[in-house]
Amino acid sequence: MSGGVEIPVRVVAIEQATPTVKRFSLAARDGSPLPVFSAGAHVVVAMDADDRRIKNPYSLIDRSADGSTYRIGVLRTPQSRGGSVFMHDRVAVGSELTITMPVNLFPLNRTGRKHLLVAGGIGVTPIYAMAEELARQSVPYEIHYAMRDAAHGAFADELVARHGDKVRLYRDDAREVIAVDRILPNQPLGTHLYVCGPEGMINAILAGGRAAGWPEENLHAERFLAPPGGSPFALTLAKAGITTEVRGDQSLLEAIEATGVDAPFLCRGGACGQCETKVVSADGELVHNDHFLSDEEKASGAKIMTCVSRLQGRELVLDL
Amino acid sequence: MTIQFKNETFRDDFTFSNSPEAIHRFPFPFDKDQYMYAVNIEQHMPGPAKSATEFPIDIDEHYVSEMRDRALVLKADPLRCQSQPHMITAEWDLVELLMESMAKHYPEHFTLTRDGDRWHWINRPLEIDQTFTFGDAATLPLPPMEYVTRQCQGDFCLLDQRNDNLWMDAGIVTTQADWSLDFDMGMNFMEWHGPVPLAHDMGVFDRALKFLLNLQQGRPVRRLNWTMTVNPRLDTSPENYHAWGIDRTTVTPENVGDKVHLRVELQALWRLPRSNAIVFSIRCYLIKMEELVTIPKWGRRLHRVLRDLPPELVDYKGLTRFRDTTVDYLARHDDGAPTSPGFFPD
Repeated sequence: MSGGVEIPVRVVAIEQATPTVKRFSLAARDGSPLPVFSAGAHVVVAMDADDRRIKNPYSLIDRSADGSTYRIGVLRTPQSRGGSVFMHDRVAVGSELTITMPVNLFPLNRTGRKHLLVAGGIGVTPIYAMAEELARQSVPYEIHYAMRDAAHGAFADELVARHGDKVRLYRDDAREVIAVDRILPNQPLGTHLYVCGPEGMINAILAGGRAAGWPEENLHAERFLAPPGGSPFALTLAKAGITTEVRGDQSLLEAIEATGVDAPFLCRGGACGQCETKVVSADGELVHNDHFLSDEEKASGAKIMTCVSRLQGRELVLDL
Repeated sequence: MTIQFKNETFRDDFTFSNSPEAIHRFPFPFDKDQYMYAVNIEQHMPGPAKSATEFPIDIDEHYVSEMRDRALVLKADPLRCQSQPHMITAEWDLVELLMESMAKHYPEHFTLTRDGDRWHWINRPLEIDQTFTFGDAATLPLPPMEYVTRQCQGDFCLLDQRNDNLWMDAGIVTTQADWSLDFDMGMNFMEWHGPVPLAHDMGVFDRALKFLLNLQQGRPVRRLNWTMTVNPRLDTSPENYHAWGIDRTTVTPENVGDKVHLRVELQALWRLPRSNAIVFSIRCYLIKMEELVTIPKWGRRLHRVLRDLPPELVDYKGLTRFRDTTVDYLARHDDGAPTSPGFFPD
């Protein structure tokens, strides 16, 4: 329950959007309407695999007009810990999952005069919701959506249908790149930029914004991380007096939850800071993968974000 | 449960008083015999039956008279209600939160019927029957926030969340303990808490802000705050200081039991779904000293809290001119017996 209120849901439709992306429609199992959410929000989906419970954050694409369903988009990433593969291979229409209430760590800045939405690949999911919201409010916006090739543009057709000439598509296979140095310097004052996509793309877009003299407060990115796997290590929870093993394909937070300890979390993507935990001792090197702790905090070794970070070494002792 | 609404005043002749039931449900804010700041935030879960926290939005016997007083304040000073244009979505979120909660928990008094975006709202105590289109401000006689908060006890601030901070970008504030919405409009969380003594050094606001930035939809929180007010005046605003500041000099040993009031704010915070804004509600409860001492535990405890209050807090809360007289009065109701833990009467 540390992640908040949970909603039991059932998968009511699955759409193979591209060779590697599926869109899932989720409805509350008790038939009640799902909560309204703000554009940019995500939910954490809990999946019960054979030997463990996997929890991954997914941005919300939309909510049906009658409130009965949410849509999420999932990219199959075989090298990760198994959540997206589980969603692709094991989840069918009728499957039961659990989601958290929506959480928004990537909100629109409502004081913005204009909004530039930039998406790469599966990063389009929150951007899709933001574009809908901006269209509803009749605020100026542009969408720049980069994809591998036409077949991998999971939302290209829908975006163009809904937003017309506000959408600009870029295909890697046609060597089309988002011309940061041409787009960003010529925006009106008060424009906000939002980028979601692969890490390298986010960094390039943000660097372009800074180079064009944009204020830091007007540059927004969602850097959801899938928790990377690693080598197994021993974990001791000092207060609970529990010792366990964190497997290579398990996140630290998932291993804590598997012991029955109710550890804090919210985004499970290294962004929100809710799972910050004190390190009592570490026999090995802390691998900090989050975007929350400062470089100094990471170097001090006093804290760790359990959702995406782990130990490369023998044993980690946490103040839990 | 049908509430018998009182006809009373919070100005001029000050006829406000609490019934015995209202005294018993007063949200007494001290669970120990001493007071110091803490980030005393807890989940806004339903409290005991008939308590002020039984329902998310508390409506009580003072409802009709408080709404009349709010209308008088707004008539004299429209700047008590302000909203920046980007807060319109949050305003509608607030309409939904308040109407849903009031209709669900007080069905004898309020009814909400929703048919898609067509909403029908009935407020029997204030004799209002309104049909409107949710999301279309032109279908209400007033802007959405002002419309609904003229019908709900408590002050409300809508806090926009951006740049890892909270910004006071809308609100209606007519029952405040000496702070001004007009002054604080557009400020961020750290700015509007600037005047509070001691707490900054304790890191209270850094921790509170971090907590609130991650406040979750469906998981509202609350805290109690308190001060003291001479005469049962809801509108103790800086704008109105000329009218009430002098009251602090009028307390005598003869009138202290009737004039001096403990003023408690039940503050609650909700994450709003459409706007991702936070609504901060500040619901004011007043109780006279002579009403408070009818609960022996509270008389003993308030005596000890006030007697031992740090001087910075005595000044900040504006108690300097009448604290000693009040402590003397309460001392007569403190036999030195131990008090039980917790807020509630024995």
